[in-house]
Amino acid sequence: MPEAKYLLVGSSHAALEALRAIRLVDPDGSMAMLTKDERLPYSPTILPYVVSGRSGPDKVLLRDPAFFAANACTYVPNAQAVSLDAKARAVTLANGEVWRYQSLLVASGAQPAIPPVKGLDGVTYHVLRTLADAEGLRAAMGAAKSAVVLGAGLVGLHAAENLAEAGLKVSVVEMQDHVLPGYFDAKASTRIEEAFTKHGVDLKLRRKVVEVSGPAARVTLDDGNVLEADLLLVATGVRPVTDWLEGSGVAVDKGVVVDEAMRTNIDGVWAAGDVAQATDFASGKPALIGIIPTAVEQGKIAGQGMAGDSYRKDYAGGLPVNTYRFFGRVALSIGRAAATEGVEAVETDSGAYRRLVLEGNRLVGYASVDEPFDVGIMGELIRRRIDLTECKDAFLAWPVETGRRLMSEQWR
Amino acid sequence: MGVAFDSIGFKASLCDGCGDCMTACSKAKGGASRISIVPGAKAGTFETAICRQCGDPKCVQVCPSGALDKDNGNGIIGWDASKCVDCLLCTAGCAYGGIAVDETVARVAKCDQCDGDPACVKVCPTGALEFRKAGTIFNEYGGKEDLFVPGLSGCQGCNSELIMRHAMRKIGRNSVLATPPGCIPGMGSVGYNGKTGTKVPVFHPLLTNTASMLSGIRRYYDRIGRKDIVVMALAGDGGTSDCGFHAVSGAAERGEKVLYVCVDNEGYMNTGMQRSGTTPYGSWTSTTPVGEHMKGKTQDAKNLPLIMTAHKCRYVATASTGYMEDLYEKLDRAIEASFEGFSYLHIYSPCPTGWRIPASKVIEACRMSVDSNFNPLWEYTNTRGLRFTHSPDNAYPITEYVKMIGKYRHLSPDQLAHIQAKVDEQVALLKLMAAESPPPQAAHRAPAGSSTPAGAESSQPARREIARN
Repeated sequence: MPEAKYLLVGSSHAALEALRAIRLVDPDGSMAMLTKDERLPYSPTILPYVVSGRSGPDKVLLRDPAFFAANACTYVPNAQAVSLDAKARAVTLANGEVWRYQSLLVASGAQPAIPPVKGLDGVTYHVLRTLADAEGLRAAMGAAKSAVVLGAGLVGLHAAENLAEAGLKVSVVEMQDHVLPGYFDAKASTRIEEAFTKHGVDLKLRRKVVEVSGPAARVTLDDGNVLEADLLLVATGVRPVTDWLEGSGVAVDKGVVVDEAMRTNIDGVWAAGDVAQATDFASGKPALIGIIPTAVEQGKIAGQGMAGDSYRKDYAGGLPVNTYRFFGRVALSIGRAAATEGVEAVETDSGAYRRLVLEGNRLVGYASVDEPFDVGIMGELIRRRIDLTECKDAFLAWPVETGRRLMSEQWR
Repeated sequence: MGVAFDSIGFKASLCDGCGDCMTACSKAKGGASRISIVPGAKAGTFETAICRQCGDPKCVQVCPSGALDKDNGNGIIGWDASKCVDCLLCTAGCAYGGIAVDETVARVAKCDQCDGDPACVKVCPTGALEFRKAGTIFNEYGGKEDLFVPGLSGCQGCNSELIMRHAMRKIGRNSVLATPPGCIPGMGSVGYNGKTGTKVPVFHPLLTNTASMLSGIRRYYDRIGRKDIVVMALAGDGGTSDCGFHAVSGAAERGEKVLYVCVDNEGYMNTGMQRSGTTPYGSWTSTTPVGEHMKGKTQDAKNLPLIMTAHKCRYVATASTGYMEDLYEKLDRAIEASFEGFSYLHIYSPCPTGWRIPASKVIEACRMSVDSNFNPLWEYTNTRGLRFTHSPDNAYPITEYVKMIGKYRHLSPDQLAHIQAKVDEQVALLKLMAAESPPPQAAHRAPAGSSTPAGAESSQPARREIARN
């Protein structure tokens, strides 16, 4: 029976950071990384760029076998965890193999959330979560002339842009009022929507799909309209991969419930990344914030806890971050960039769009379209709750320069 | 032995916001500048945003395409344009604006330190930007043999021990070392029970005859044809400026081929902190006490290195462990010069015990002593004259320095004003001398020559390879 002092289930950002954090403290403890994927580690974020051809399946791998050899970590691909016996400290794989552990990291990520739409399970549709999905979509895109994308989140919009740029006639169906809900306010979203419309993408906002039928895809909307396409992509969000934890005793709400040290309720089991339900920085309440920066932070904290690193700090809560490129343009947001209640929002809408959101003279959110800013600096101003009273005029007038100044001062 | 990295340092107090660095960067890299100078909190002050080449780089960790990576050879976080998909997540990772969007190409750009020769630093007219090469020094010397035994009994935080260990690591085994009475032999470098605490031949001359004994040793080595030995002293300021001065002055005047390193802790520290000729005005020492009537030393210190320039030595320099790169460069030149004539290196050495400084603040005191012009850094050669190796402009007021040090705690405003005046006077004099450099050929002929057999104008090539270890 194979065993590892540190067993990491998952192979993306959270697991990789945990590996790094563990090895800083414990260079020798046995370690294994299990992934249901057949490849070396890669990031789901890269997949739209594989679809577009901007990157390739071989260029996206984040680590090579030499890295795992150097870090004394056994990398096990095609290893899908199907159950956890927390008492015996053992994880069973789909092929029947059982891995024993001393410390377990649950970093099994998320998978596409498929909406309960009538007829959807009877047709062929694409999703975009794995490299195999991306290769499949890219291949299908070549033969198709038209496409329907369900969902105008990041994955849906990235894919819609790729499909449109490849010459397909594309429709995007979204039930919310605007694209990228949550990240941007209406004015910012409108700019993004206009760009899509200008590039021939048909945005069906505030619309629900009532039925899907074959042969390729015949999508009936709640207003009675019917969209016909050769290709259907479902991009209506993701949900944590927690089915394998059923019966293990690990508490699962929307995701795996963790404390500020990324521990689950079960001794010896940590969770991090898209699978984990940690806290939201702004509200302090449990939240799923499935983005790379939170995965990195959580993975590091979990790894430090697993290895007993005394420098571990509690998780301060996740901040939503979005760096979005569309048709060569740029839209950025961090924190409560779309908030309207009880905050002071300062908007600039001539030329580029900028929205600064403050609360008690402290920055809580920032979004822009067509005007880059240092997202990381603004994130620090938010996280450190820097009081901007003294420099508020300068900050509102020149946020980038003033932000750089503030962090330069903090650094000394 | 781990690997250390060089880094670009920014001293906000010296930046005048001219922007030359950004122009130079932009030109060197063909796009937006990777260093950004922004207005500071007060008018006329400036701050910077530049990649810190973090040891724990968030930009690398959040990159989904593997386009960013820290090179463990040179410490640079490199960016692979062919892998980057322009998602900009790295800009969300960096807390310092060190990787930002270059709007001319709509891709990210970051500092790569120009292969170890940063364009921004070269054009900085005020010295606000520095390329700090301490990493290279560590990589080069960190693995070399320490020529003192472990466990010397110096005080906690002793800066003189640091100087000894650094200097001898650099100079290497081919040396003969004199350590006249003072902290240096006192902490065990001459040894106990018939064994030395030093891994090179070491002897303990009198306070009065160090330079004379070294002259004899040098002449003997010359006679037997051993021209590869560094004949040197690690001496205190008392043994150099007071009791041993006649010997030092004589050897310098005769052009003896000796490396004389004076470790200046401003008094006789190992015997109970008595004042010396180099103890600064106002200092508390055990013989210049502070009480109802006396308020510390009532005389100004003599400027020993400046006195040595009047001997037309081959080489004279001041140095500080607060500026290690400078110290190492000067050690290089001082060693070189000691094969041709008298070479004098004066290293300032704040004493945590005798000066009342916390051990953890000694290096800060070193830096502030230089940054306040209390101890300006300069070097002199008999052919090129004097030049500053650290700009004396934009210095901190002297109060910033003395407030770090317990032996000045009692100073009255009058005394402070006196010290500031003397510091200004000293810098003015040095500037006058520096302004004369490089001197006209006729005015500064090489000295008449050493009286040692090989002669000052020796045709012997100076020995380059010093350390065998």
